[in-house]
This record gives sequence, C-alpha cells and structure tokens, in this order.
Amino acid sequence: MAETATAAKKTVKLIVTRQDSPESKPYTEEFEIPYRPNMNVISALMEIQRNPKKADGSPTTPVCWESNCLEEVCGACSMVINGKPRQACSALIDKLEQPVRVAPMSTFPVQRDLVIDRGRMFHALKKVKAWIPIDGTYDLGPGPRMAEAKRQEAYELARCMTCGVCLEACPNVNDKTSFIGPAAISQVRLFNSHPTGEMNAHERLEALMEDGGIEGCGNSQNCVRACPKGIPLTTSIAEMNRATTKHLFKRWLGM
Amino acid sequence: MSVNSYYYRKLHSLLGVIPVGLFLIEHLLTNYTAFKEGQQGFVDQVQWIHSLPLVLGLEIFFIWLPLLYHAVYGLYVAYTARNNTSNFGYFRNWMFRLQRFTGVITFLFVAWHFFNTRFQVTLGHVTETTLGPLMHGIATQPVYFALYVIGVIAATFHFSNGMWSFLVSWGVTVGPRAQRVSTYVWMAVFVIMTIMFILSLTAFTDPSFQDTSNIKFK
Ligand code: SF4
Ligand code: FES
Repeated sequence: MAETATAAKKTVKLIVTRQDSPESKPYTEEFEIPYRPNMNVISALMEIQRNPKKADGSPTTPVCWESNCLEEVCGACSMVINGKPRQACSALIDKLEQPVRVAPMSTFPVQRDLVIDRGRMFHALKKVKAWIPIDGTYDLGPGPRMAEAKRQEAYELARCMTCGVCLEACPNVNDKTSFIGPAAISQVRLFNSHPTGEMNAHERLEALMEDGGIEGCGNSQNCVRACPKGIPLTTSIAEMNRATTKHLFKRWLGM
Repeated sequence: MSVNSYYYRKLHSLLGVIPVGLFLIEHLLTNYTAFKEGQQGFVDQVQWIHSLPLVLGLEIFFIWLPLLYHAVYGLYVAYTARNNTSNFGYFRNWMFRLQRFTGVITFLFVAWHFFNTRFQVTLGHVTETTLGPLMHGIATQPVYFALYVIGVIAATFHFSNGMWSFLVSWGVTVGPRAQRVSTYVWMAVFVIMTIMFILSLTAFTDPSFQDTSNIKFK
C-alpha cells in the first residue's frame, strides 16, 4: 500500500454475468468502479455505463439492465445479486459483500446482459384470469361491499409487482416443467377473495387444475422467503390447494 | 374433464399415503413383533397375513401397482426439480431436496428388498414360514445390515416428510403455524418409526431366528 493516493480511494468491485444476445453463451466480466456513499447496484451499473471499462482497464460495451421506479415497486430491476434474486434498486452496495456478483434471473429468457423477458408471468396472469370482469352492455350497479378485515388481507396479496423473484427461487420453475409459479397462484387467491371476483372463482381454480398448474408446487417454500414484498405465498398456495381439492370433489359428485 | 398432470400428480400424492404409506406402517408392525415376541410372534403374524382372503390380489392391487405408480411418477418428479439448496439453504428447501433423494434411495432399496424376500417366496426358495431364518441370514451380514438401515431411514423419512407435504398439498395444513406443528409431529413419527424398524432388524440377528425348530405352525 505504498501509493496512498490510489489506495485511499475506495472502489467497488463487481463481477457481472453478461450475454450478448438471447442465443449466445453467457460470460463474466469484472469491474472496479469508484465508490460513492449510498450507492446501490443500479448506480453502480450507471457508473459502468458512463465509463465502460473492465477492471483491467480494457474497454467493453456498457452493461444493459432494466429499471423504472427505483423504489422497489415496479419489479423491473430484478436480478441475481450475490446468489439471491432481488431488486437491484434496493440492493445497497454498503450492505453487500464484495466483489458483488450480478447475474440475470436466468429462469427467464435472457435478452441481453441483465435484461430478461418476464413475459411468462403475464401469460400466467392471463391464464388464471387475474382480473375482475365487470364490463358489459349495461350498468351492473354497485358491487357487494368488502369486509374491512378481508380487504386488509387482500391488500397484502395485491402488493405483488410481478417481479419474478419467487419464480427464480423456486426449484420447480425450470425448463423441464411448465409450472406456472407462486405469484399467479397467489393472485388467484386475491381475485377469488374479492366479493365480485368470487363470482368467477371456479374459472380461476380450473386454470390452476390444468397442466403446469398448482400441482407443480413441491413445497420447497423458497418463494415465501424470497418475496421482497413479504407476500404469504405458501399460505396462498395451501389455501388454493384446499380450494382446488374442494372443487375437485364437488365436480366429481356433480354438485 | 380431461385428465392432465393435475390428476396424475394428485394420484401420486394420494397413493403415497393410501395404500403405500399404510402398507409401510403395517409392515413395520409385523416386523416389530419379531422384536417384541420373538420368532413365534413374527411367524404367527406372517401366517395371519397369509390367511387373508385373496392375499395375492390384495398384494397386487393394494401394494405393488400403487407402489409402482408412485415410484415411477416420483422418479419423474425428482428428475424435474432443479435443486438449489446452495443458494437457498433454508430448512424446507433441504427437506424438498431430501424428499426427492430419499425417494430414489427408497425405490432402489425396495426393489432390492422385494427381490431378496418376497420374490424368493415366489421362486419357491423360501416359504412364508422360513422368512425368519431368511432375515436372520441377511441381518447378520454387516454390509446387508447397514444397507437395510440406510433403506429404512430413507423410507421412513420419505413417508414422514411426505405426510407433511401431503397435508399441505390437499389443503389441510394451510397457515404457517399449522405447517410448523405438522413438521414437529412428522419428524417425531420419523424418529419413532426408524427406531422401531432398527429394533426389528436387530431382533432378526438373534440366534433364535437361525431355524424354525422351536416354532409351532398353524
Ligand atoms: S409474489 Fe413477491 S416475489 Fe413473486 S412476483 Fe410477486 S412480488 Fe415478486
Ligand atoms: S426499479 Fe422498480 S423495483 Fe427496482
């Protein structure tokens, strides 16, 4: 540590998993950027974007990523940071072990570098009809009222931002299965608990009783540990297990 | 109602408990008579089972076929998992992994165990009355004894933890507290069943199981 001038300058080391196109092979690159207080992974990536040089000083292309809200509500910036899927905007450099390893959530198709295509999650929401159908040709009048206690419970579930972290953490969401993943199952619980949504409850349950539906859950319970919004995913899944079981017997008995 | 993976998986789950899980318990209780009552008690128990009406039909439809379905579909389930305990070293994730691992071990063990007991009866190498000496021969060989211990630990774990999972998958234990209590209950079952199996296995090593000279047959 003879050169005090450079040694005193704090830096942040990052190892980023990169990929040039959806088909090409991933590779890693090391970066060392100047430290600033209160940095998060996004601002570190912005620094690389400003000065796209690897740790050894050789030039490279800037790293691509996605982000929007920068306050952990949109879910766009989800990536794997030091082995755990989470939002880059709320991942503070001061709280991370260095070198910070940043990789895309490769359960999803990687588009480029850290950019992934979460399209399957939106497809899943469509499949389970995660909405309340109220459109019609005439005024349906006011809907039924919702009990406050129920509303509070539903609010918990409504905080899902479709970020995909729970799918990345799940051992059963992978290219060998068609498992829909925890998020959509929890959304069925949300919409089935709504007094108007309840009117179409059976349609959503039936969507969960198809190939790749709720049976794909193997109870590893990683999802509930990983969800940044603290959504009680395993309770939702068990609750939907109960509802689908009831639905199964009702259908068999022709009720 | 089209049959899809939901029904295949649910059937797998159900058969694991009824009848396969029940058979495991029945098997344990039969073996346990060897520990509690010695060879006479064991032989009485075996002979009682063989006196059941249509015993071969019961075996085929209530043990072998359900077991085969559970095993084959289970191997497929184990194959489709992408185990990730290195990044998510949580208790339940480990149980998830062990459930699949012990399932494969149990599958191998049961195939081997079936071959050197029940299948030998079919071949006529042993009869139901000489199962005691047969097990004595197996249990007194240290390597076989060790393999049996591994096999029964895998089987009882797979059953106990499988019961935990079954209760979640059918919507019986829903909330985190119910699931936690269920974990304690089934882990206790695992320990008790393992001890009982190993006591039975140890009982077979007793010299009184060497032959059937002192045994009264019905
Ligand atoms: S349930 Fe949680 S982890 Fe899963 S997508 Fe929604 S917010 Fe993300
Ligand atoms: S940018 Fe919206 S969650 Fe990170």
